[in-house]
Amino acid sequence: MLEEVDDPEVPALSVVDLGIVREVRTEGEGIEIVITPTYSGCPAMDVIRMNIRMKLAEHGYPHLKLTTVLSPAWTTDWMSERGREKLRAYGIAPPLPSQQVCHPALFHREEAISCPRCHSYHTTLISQFGSTACKALYRCEDCGEPFEYFKCH
Amino acid sequence: MGYPAHIEYTLHLADNALILGHRNSEWTGHGPILEQDIALSNIALDLIGQARYLYQYAARMIDSDVTEDTLAYGRDAWDFRNCLLVEQENGDWGKTVLRQFLFSAWQYFFYGRLQQSQDRDLAAIAEKSLKEVTYHLRWGSEWVIRLGDGTKESHARMERALDQLWKFTGELFVPAAYERALSVAGVAVDLHSIRSSWEERVAEVLGEAQLTEGAGDTWMQNGGKEGRHTEHLGYLLAEMQFLQRTYPGCEW
Repeated sequence: MLEEVDDPEVPALSVVDLGIVREVRTEGEGIEIVITPTYSGCPAMDVIRMNIRMKLAEHGYPHLKLTTVLSPAWTTDWMSERGREKLRAYGIAPPLPSQQVCHPALFHREEAISCPRCHSYHTTLISQFGSTACKALYRCEDCGEPFEYFKCH
Repeated sequence: MGYPAHIEYTLHLADNALILGHRNSEWTGHGPILEQDIALSNIALDLIGQARYLYQYAARMIDSDVTEDTLAYGRDAWDFRNCLLVEQENGDWGKTVLRQFLFSAWQYFFYGRLQQSQDRDLAAIAEKSLKEVTYHLRWGSEWVIRLGDGTKESHARMERALDQLWKFTGELFVPAAYERALSVAGVAVDLHSIRSSWEERVAEVLGEAQLTEGAGDTWMQNGGKEGRHTEHLGYLLAEMQFLQRTYPGCEW
């Protein structure tokens, strides 16, 4: 059921692909779903919570307890393999393994990100911050296409 | 207003994040180039998100009709517990990025410690926030270097910004009464323990940026954590709180 709830900002991914559903518990009639936010200020989280409620109600589970936990903090490592493939097909470069997670070293060079269109590694970071909190802006120097990278977190 | 120390402390952290987030959001639509407008708006969003967790937690502790919204929109300047640094006016881009850098460096080491707090809610918020702040710190550091070690004009502006902001950095390491009590209990971060890490990072970046650190004998301003603010906070709140003050409880 949760596979049908999309991330409103990256509709290629379901909340399950994204790795934010941490636990589903059932007790008699009741269901509890535990989710964790991607970024603290991500406005999609409120919409996601609402969509989960609506989806479950649609399937005959009106009594849902939706719990949000912060720790352990979400990481892009929790994104499913299928999710990564869906992202690439959608035109967004998927996150690298978390060794590449941001650290405060100055002008630290990231491992090269592959262009989701032509697969070239000859790409340049334009900005660590993109159209949503979870993405960075890149440009491919071979095919000339700007693209987004779902950054490690 | 006078809440118990634990609540005051949570509000102090929430107010820091909200006020700086709001200041940054003033740049939305006005950034020097689109990518950096977006970057600063992203940082604002992260900070306001962190503030929301903290206000929600404070509201749960207060346990009445208080919500995250009444805390953000319903208190006056003297109730706010944020440091003076975060309420300072944006000035030019250089001053904004310098303020962000100085504060992100503090938040980075601060949240690093707060993860070990005896208070599990604060520790979880710190763990979540630290990941975001790491990006902010890197962004701020690189901008300070780019402008400090840039053109004659950008260098002069950064020197001026440093001159304007340095006097507000001392407060980051002076505990308020509510902090002293809680740090003994292992809830609050002992500010003394992060001071040298902050100084090291700041010296490294300012050095790389060819900027001279503020003089050691600078008179450090104080009082924000106890509700004694610079005149800038009142103007900021007047704008930020306008809608909720005029139409209480309004939603759209």
